[in-house]
Amino acid sequence: MSWEVVIGLEVHLQLATRSKIFSGAATAFGAEPNTQACAVDLAMPGMLPVLNEQAVRYAVMFGLGIGAEIGLRSVFDRKNYFYPDLPKGYQISQFQEPIVGRGEFEIQLEDGSTRSIGITRAHLEEDAGKSLHEDFHGMTGIDLNRAGTPLLEIVSEPDLRNAEEAVAYLKTLHSLVTYLGISDGNMAEGSMRCDINLSLRRAGSTTLGTRAEIKNVNSFRFVEKAIHHEIERQAEILEAGGQVVQETRLYDADRDETRSMRSKEVANDYRYFPEPDLLPVVIDQAWVESIRATLPELPPAKRQRFVSDYGLSSYDAGVLAANRALADYYEAVVEGCTDAKIAANWVQVELLGQLNRGELELGQSPVGAAALAGLIQRILDGSISGKIAKQVFEAMWAGEGDADTIIAARGLQQVSDSGALEALVDEVVGGNPAQVAQYLAADEGKRKKLVGFFVGQIMKLSKGQANPQMVNELLNKKLAAAGSDGES
Amino acid sequence: MHELSVAQLSLGLREKQFSSVELTRSYLDRIRALDGHYNSFVTVDENGALAAAAAADTRLAAGETGPLLGIPLAHKDIFCSRGVRTSCGSKMLDNFVPPYDATVATRLRDAGTVMLGKTNMDEFAMGSSSESSFYGPVRNPWHSDCVPGGSSGGSAAAVAARLAPLATGTDTGGSIRQPAAFCGITGLKPTYGRVSRLGMVAFASSLDQGGPMARSAEDCALLLNAMAGFDPLDSTSSELPVEDYSVGLQQPLAGLRIGLPREYFGAGLDAATGERIHAALALLEQLGAILVDISLPHTGLSIPTYYIIAPAEASTNLSRFDGVRYGYRCQQPRDLHDLYTRSRQEGFGDEVKRRILVGTYALSAGYYDAYYRKAQQVRRLIQEDFLKAFEQVDMIAGPTTPGPAFTLGAKGSDPLAMYLEDVYTLAVNLAGLPGMSVPAGLVDGMPVGLQLIGQHFREARLLNVGHQLQQASDWHRQVPPVGARSAGEGVWSSPGLSPAERAPTEWAPTERAPAERAPTERAPTGGAP
Repeated sequence: MSWEVVIGLEVHLQLATRSKIFSGAATAFGAEPNTQACAVDLAMPGMLPVLNEQAVRYAVMFGLGIGAEIGLRSVFDRKNYFYPDLPKGYQISQFQEPIVGRGEFEIQLEDGSTRSIGITRAHLEEDAGKSLHEDFHGMTGIDLNRAGTPLLEIVSEPDLRNAEEAVAYLKTLHSLVTYLGISDGNMAEGSMRCDINLSLRRAGSTTLGTRAEIKNVNSFRFVEKAIHHEIERQAEILEAGGQVVQETRLYDADRDETRSMRSKEVANDYRYFPEPDLLPVVIDQAWVESIRATLPELPPAKRQRFVSDYGLSSYDAGVLAANRALADYYEAVVEGCTDAKIAANWVQVELLGQLNRGELELGQSPVGAAALAGLIQRILDGSISGKIAKQVFEAMWAGEGDADTIIAARGLQQVSDSGALEALVDEVVGGNPAQVAQYLAADEGKRKKLVGFFVGQIMKLSKGQANPQMVNELLNKKLAAAGSDGES
Repeated sequence: MHELSVAQLSLGLREKQFSSVELTRSYLDRIRALDGHYNSFVTVDENGALAAAAAADTRLAAGETGPLLGIPLAHKDIFCSRGVRTSCGSKMLDNFVPPYDATVATRLRDAGTVMLGKTNMDEFAMGSSSESSFYGPVRNPWHSDCVPGGSSGGSAAAVAARLAPLATGTDTGGSIRQPAAFCGITGLKPTYGRVSRLGMVAFASSLDQGGPMARSAEDCALLLNAMAGFDPLDSTSSELPVEDYSVGLQQPLAGLRIGLPREYFGAGLDAATGERIHAALALLEQLGAILVDISLPHTGLSIPTYYIIAPAEASTNLSRFDGVRYGYRCQQPRDLHDLYTRSRQEGFGDEVKRRILVGTYALSAGYYDAYYRKAQQVRRLIQEDFLKAFEQVDMIAGPTTPGPAFTLGAKGSDPLAMYLEDVYTLAVNLAGLPGMSVPAGLVDGMPVGLQLIGQHFREARLLNVGHQLQQASDWHRQVPPVGARSAGEGVWSSPGLSPAERAPTEWAPTERAPAERAPTERAPTGGAP
């Protein structure tokens, strides 16, 4: 039987504010447990929330980034449930009136095609703390450093049809939010966590099947695996004539399986009601417009510009535009060297290659954009060949200085002096009479191949510094002369 | 000395008739000698008070002046006080020593007041009699068989018995005004948002408001001057500038239009109490006020509306008391569920549990629209009643309560009878208006109060009217017969109440050592980065 997969994603995005959404405590990751939890975060008696304006600003930036309606009036609600890492016994969230309404954005798939995915809403809320079950001998430790960290919960429409689309959606989202600078997007530290709602239906059906929700999946790869696994699980149930139970499941990366956490029958009644400690958030259109004016160029526009202004292929433009830091780096290289295509090639092949090998972030690159542009300039002005340039780049990576310093120190300057080159050509032609004779005896087709031998010898003698174009010209001249000498 | 007004005490301090330490010591002596009768204090902080008084004396000696500098006062035990246990009248917080001050406490500390201690109250401010405290019931200084009202009954009794010249209170449905009326003192509930709620243990966030309690409107004005004002850490506090409430006290009342809602003078009002109220109103008329009959047609709905909204908010405000981070924790919990259920079962008293249950029910899926949403709609109708009335009149007046203080235990077993006590005060909280109770004489030797209700942020006018009334009468100068009317009974015994059940055996009304487990030290540092 053929099943259609229906997937909607809920992404919990940690916003990159310095302090928490309702308190002045810091949000930095990795501090000693409970050192970044103030009286508000600990829900001490009488403590009150005060909304962090920056969190609202970031939420509005996201809304504008996906062309969504911005809620000029939004309301915080209390979502009530008991859990030790939820100090107040309720989470402050937005229920009926979220800050960001309907929007959509385009995802790009591997084959280059695009799809438009709807965003239902995005709302602000606070994160909970963490329960630590290890190291406490049958007890549970509570770390409230994360409690009160601002989250933007981004809810998609059930528009995704397979794991590839889900991952592409997340990557596009990741690219967007890091572009906007509203989140560090660090998935390993939990800055972007994903709940997957997945159901199957018969191909052609328009009603939705019963869904399962897979909670808290926090890497692209795990999302992909969890979806594959869940599709298989549900298909097996349906094909055996069974029914999928609406429930919350957990993806276990170690065992590569999902398992049931709780079913809907025992689900909490969250008793949502408007948070009386906070006034409704009322913002005006002028404020929204002032934020719109500060938005950076976003990936789709940038990709388009790279194609039209720099003549890049759609694929290359997509790679370079996907990451704001990389795009900025690339554009700085273009500015410094003026050749956009060579710059694109060097950034994508050499730079990204070195970064990948060293498992480094762009910010950790020992070669800055200006330095790389300097190197490319030396290729363009004929000082060095592309091949030598790769050696120079490696030396630059190793910290030996800028391109000019390395070229001078190693004497890598390309030899374009015709006198010096002629002497080299004479030496090689004169020193290899057998090869010359073979060359002269060969037909036009084979000569092309044989001439490579002489070029190789000359480059070897010149340590690769001979100007290849001039070598070719001189060599052709000399070999032709040798031929006419022999005939005479 | 204990009959002097705050202005007179302040003058005495400035003129070195007595020092703040001497003044403070005399109040501490009085508390030690007399509070066994009233049980109005939960904690008396002798060392802290004497240190604060000495500091005030240093400031006075340096020539500093300030209307409250060196003046002792008592805080309701709902305001967090750094280093001093803040119990909220509950076993749940019997061991809780806040590492921070409520904004009100900070402001009053900065003003140079000397905190004598923390006053007894209904548990988590839920009650109208101060009987539901973990620390035993408070007695009315006018008659020890009677309740002082609640929930700020400890503050009211302490001021009435001259154990403190000033006290703070909080009012969610009448908790300042009703005990002020029952104890023959003056108490003002300011406009919602006028006084910061930060550090005030929350009961019902949209209704709670702190305010002053004293023997006169003049003293209340001085205390409110120091309490009121915008607090950036309370999002619901108002940014409207605060007036000097003392400045306008002398303003004549000529032409003041006072509305008398017919719903406040109906069947439920005790006849003798009604007479006292009419006498007070007649005096206001003599002072130039014009009395106008008005109607607040939705008054009757304020009780059911309040008893949905307040418990709903309370049910979630009290979720933080879970035995995990501070406060009471049951012995040897078997698992998480056991920790929650037993800590809350053992830590909360009956009235608190009742309201948590009611509030949880009102917010539950399927009931929300019928109860909570409906209550919010009615709340708007009640607000509109007042706004409409204020198109005709400047102020509204009536009784604070249906009658004088009832006896201890009389309504303890009947929550609904207790809730009816608040019929004239609840609507003021639902509408967010300022309301004040001033003494209006005695009924069978027990005080009753005249309630004045003002327009939003018109506390100054209320205090002005209260002051003018008090200049022309001596109801507020009547002194309870200290200890004389305890009817020969032991102060702890009374019908329907077993002290052993109500009071923890180890409790004594003196300073207690702070509990060992103090929470982390960080104070909030503000909102936006």
